[in-house]
Amino acid sequence: MSKSENIRIPVSQQALIVEKPIDITAIGGTVTIQINEKKVSVPFGTTILDACKENQIHIPTLCHHPDLCIAGVCRICVVEVEGLRTLQTSCSFPVTSPIKIHTSTEKVRKARRHIIDLLLSEHYGECYSCFRNENCELQSLAKEYGVDGYSFGHILEPKYKVDKSSAAVIRDMNKCILCKRCVRTCIDLQEVGVLEAIKRGHDTHVGTFLDKPLADVICINCGQCINRCPTAALRANDPSDEIWNAIDDPKKHVVIQTAPSPRAAIGEEFGIEPGHSFTGELNTALRRIGFDKVFDTNFTADLTIMEEGTELIRRLKKVVVEKDSSVKLPQFTSCSPGWIKFIEHFYPEYLDYLSSAKSPQQMFGAVIKTFYAKESKIDPADIITVALMPCAAKKFECNRPEMNASGFKDVDYGLTTREMAKMIREAGIHLPEMPKSNFDEPFGNASGAGLIFGATGGVMEAALRTVYELVTGREVPFENLRIEPCRGFEGIKQAYIKLDNCVESYNFLEGVELKFIVAHGTANAKKVMEMLQRGELRDVHFVEIMACPGGCLGGGGQPIPTSEEIRRKRAQAIYEEEEGLPVRKSHENVHIKYIYENFLTDGPCGELSHKLLHTHYTKRGKYIS
Amino acid sequence: METTLKTSKKRTGPVLFSNYQQADGIKKAIELGRENILLELKNSGLKGRGGAGFSTATKWMLSAAANAEKKFIVCNADEGEPGTFKDRVLLLEYPELVFDGMVIAGFTIGAKKGIVYLRGEYEYMLPSLEGFLNKMKEENLLGKNILEKEGFDFDINIRLGSGAYVCGEETALIESLEGYRGEPRNRPPFPVNTGYLGYPTVVNNVETLASIPHIIYKGGEWFKKNGTDKSKGSKLFSVSGDCGKPGVYELQWGTKISELLEIVEAKNCKAVQVGGASGVCLPKSQFNRSLAYEDAATGGSIIIFDESRNMLKILKNFMEFFVEESCGQCTPCRVGNTKLLEGVDNIGKGEYTFSYINNLKELGKTMQAASKCGLGQSSPNSFISILDNFKEEIFYSNRKGIKNVKE
Amino acid sequence: MLVVEKNNLSYEIERMVKEYGSDRQSLLQILQAIQKKYKHISDFAQQEIARLMNIHPVEVYSVISFYSFLSTEPKGRNIVRLCKTIACDMAGKDAVETAVKRELGISFGETTNDQRISLEYTNCLGMCDEGPAMLINEKVYTHLDPEMAVNILNEIK
Repeated sequence: MSKSENIRIPVSQQALIVEKPIDITAIGGTVTIQINEKKVSVPFGTTILDACKENQIHIPTLCHHPDLCIAGVCRICVVEVEGLRTLQTSCSFPVTSPIKIHTSTEKVRKARRHIIDLLLSEHYGECYSCFRNENCELQSLAKEYGVDGYSFGHILEPKYKVDKSSAAVIRDMNKCILCKRCVRTCIDLQEVGVLEAIKRGHDTHVGTFLDKPLADVICINCGQCINRCPTAALRANDPSDEIWNAIDDPKKHVVIQTAPSPRAAIGEEFGIEPGHSFTGELNTALRRIGFDKVFDTNFTADLTIMEEGTELIRRLKKVVVEKDSSVKLPQFTSCSPGWIKFIEHFYPEYLDYLSSAKSPQQMFGAVIKTFYAKESKIDPADIITVALMPCAAKKFECNRPEMNASGFKDVDYGLTTREMAKMIREAGIHLPEMPKSNFDEPFGNASGAGLIFGATGGVMEAALRTVYELVTGREVPFENLRIEPCRGFEGIKQAYIKLDNCVESYNFLEGVELKFIVAHGTANAKKVMEMLQRGELRDVHFVEIMACPGGCLGGGGQPIPTSEEIRRKRAQAIYEEEEGLPVRKSHENVHIKYIYENFLTDGPCGELSHKLLHTHYTKRGKYIS
Repeated sequence: METTLKTSKKRTGPVLFSNYQQADGIKKAIELGRENILLELKNSGLKGRGGAGFSTATKWMLSAAANAEKKFIVCNADEGEPGTFKDRVLLLEYPELVFDGMVIAGFTIGAKKGIVYLRGEYEYMLPSLEGFLNKMKEENLLGKNILEKEGFDFDINIRLGSGAYVCGEETALIESLEGYRGEPRNRPPFPVNTGYLGYPTVVNNVETLASIPHIIYKGGEWFKKNGTDKSKGSKLFSVSGDCGKPGVYELQWGTKISELLEIVEAKNCKAVQVGGASGVCLPKSQFNRSLAYEDAATGGSIIIFDESRNMLKILKNFMEFFVEESCGQCTPCRVGNTKLLEGVDNIGKGEYTFSYINNLKELGKTMQAASKCGLGQSSPNSFISILDNFKEEIFYSNRKGIKNVKE
Repeated sequence: MLVVEKNNLSYEIERMVKEYGSDRQSLLQILQAIQKKYKHISDFAQQEIARLMNIHPVEVYSVISFYSFLSTEPKGRNIVRLCKTIACDMAGKDAVETAVKRELGISFGETTNDQRISLEYTNCLGMCDEGPAMLINEKVYTHLDPEMAVNILNEIK
């Protein structure tokens, strides 16, 4: 097998390449091996690690991650293969012949313990004073292998300065064990390319370009590195202390909006299997913590659909009817702040393709400090808006200088699912035990369309439900409103929906095949942008892009660990909850109707909504000064 | 003085330094054909001269059998092992052997391209080597239809390293050639199947390649008349340290250390480091051991220490070397070497317990077993052997009268 | 850096990328060429290389930081690398080291004020039989004694 010359080779070496024999069927496609005296048959080319897993033998891993290519650097997964002088890493060793494997001989056990000891000797700090306490892979291994002291000493002074420059991601390399999962995440999985191994030998560390602070390089704040870090080397910038202070301050009116994805995942922080939503329980918990109001971000997700959908129809009209060549199509969604920063850095010349609609978080901030403040007669200066998000990049987004349409900082704090769980625990609350309760008025419970924003394809599905119905007067032609082409975890999905028998005001769209693309993860976003550059998207109208794999439910603020299996379960929880909701189209949300009738009276994309709900972008480029 | 670099060869030997006329090997190779070359090579029993000692014939056969549109021959001239300089002598004084060897290798496995990975420290050789290659091109020993053999195309490029010892490890070398950090790869897959740019690649040491023309021209039988049962042929030894005549010597495999010491005029010799920093350090009592794959194996580095040397200081120098030169990707090597160096320092300060020392030796064994590549697998060798073989001096003497290594 | 200098550097890098190719396997050769010419690879040069080779700047930096002979910091016109590995160490490297430091008034890892010489250590140069040895740029000097070493350094421009 050879590397194609056109394809960029991932920096973290070639993934495992197995030379297949000319005729696999000659050996039946499987190999019979012996693991700890037990004979088992496994498919040709399976790694020893997978072969063991299939046979209920647990092998410890650290640098291995199901989302990433193989590294084979931590060496914790070593096993003995008969006939080979040295121990072999089970994560990288493909089974191609009838080998005999021993997974827990003295040599293996000793090696694993030594490796843990070595990592601990350079791992600064103590477990009890660490936020990853009880959710740290190094700690678990130390326990598993009965490490009860520092055989090779323990570092007493930090070696690196903690990098707190970024609004979103904090890097503490004193906790780093050099598994390079973050490097593989950043370069291979997300193709952002901010982190790499720097120097060599004992000076090796994970660093940025010229070891600059994270805020000065082209980090998009997606936080995917945090989700895959086995220790506490990476974390989000946690504002929970400031939020507690605001809650404790009687003069402050503290409101929180909660995004769809945290509720589908926060149970994991309380020991619940992935795949269960805790929407009602979370509302109660937040009130008990002391938030004055609990709002549903899905309300502004619905509002986003109204604004972004209207913008799309306007763009279509300008292109189809007015033949205005200055209008850019396809229109790209703008809800994902990681994606926004990605395009600002990597494709600054294409910013006009982005919808000008703000993300739901920012719309809500602006609405709370204007409409809500007016309705409830509270001075917006006294309102603190908190956003519970699955996202690290939201922390950067709310700090963008342009996000002050209300005359104040629209969203004061972005809080991740993990940080929220910490606050809930701190308040002495066990979330799963909470009674359920609804969201607060005047925004109430939102539509299901807003809820599915949490999964990749959700924004597209929600938009289609509304746009199609606005234009044709009929419901989208999918059973139970499930627009299947938008669902699932394929990297890039393409489909179209035909607009026919349009209502009179939209008859200019008669017969148009509305083509759309859904992509998630910035590596896929990059592919889509390259298609755009090559002119392959000329007949595409709408593109949804989410920076994180799986969409927001796989966001950088979600519970750790993550894997495709976990993300699928979260998606399932979201879709299941959605089907039980009474309203499932954004335009049917009564609170949306109310706000357009009583506040944004010049309608979607009107003057006031432009001021409050739309934004502009910055050409950042790639150059690092 | 700026060295003339032609002074290091100390003894003309029976094999490598025997007479050879450029192109003789290539002509013979064409005459023999691929299969006979491989048979001849197999018969010779030649093993890799870089230190690992893998059968050269097997390596060639595996890549000859691999089905691919391109294949590569890489000459590993990243000679970085402390105390090794034989490749320098070969490249400067016998380039015809090395390059003829590469051409024959290319012919045998079906590679059209050869790359010499020359360590950055040897950049001064570049003009003479490139001149030599040009001469070969003019003589049709390189290029298209070599020696008028239809379809026998082969070219050689020289690529420079940039100061990284680990790039002498074959997969790290390939990573470096591909423009990456010199970090060794996971094996399998092996370079013979998946090497440079993913194509089958034979990586051979300079000395291995230099043996090829002799073997092909004079026959495997001739070659294996020298040496021992398991170590065929002769070996170049790079001798340095406390002796009267340091330099490169071609000696039979199986030569006893004591014999070598006599030849190089070593006096008051206390210890011999066989195999460089990653080799083992032997005391007087083991000087009767033979230099051979089956006994005291070495890629050729012999460093001699006389009675005045401080073994702990020597060990410290070695461990500092590995701490700097480890690529840093795998835990046992990156952290392990640091811990061993720390141990050496602690011994020096007298701050140790024997259980701590034993713990470190055990750690050394783990490094030998669990490191990703040969660097980490061999770096504890000197730690373990020096502490074991020079216990008296290190732990029990008051070290008075022992000179600092740095004096 | 002045705009003119930047433009010249960009032009030079473009030329090198054209000469060696923009495939990843050319990276090390391009870095070596720039190092040789400019005595370091500036942050601007790194980003230009990344742009032209379609890789990330941090990858370029990562590779540079791996290899001892490449540097991101400006170095003197001549880089002197003294071998500190065992055989040279035993042959009297310490005395050479002391003399050189005293003569130039700088330590290893530093550059003289007039940018004439940068002093560095290096691991084994493969001159173990002729130590102590040092490398000045790509030339190697062997059998050094303190006086000789100092004389050699005083002669280079």
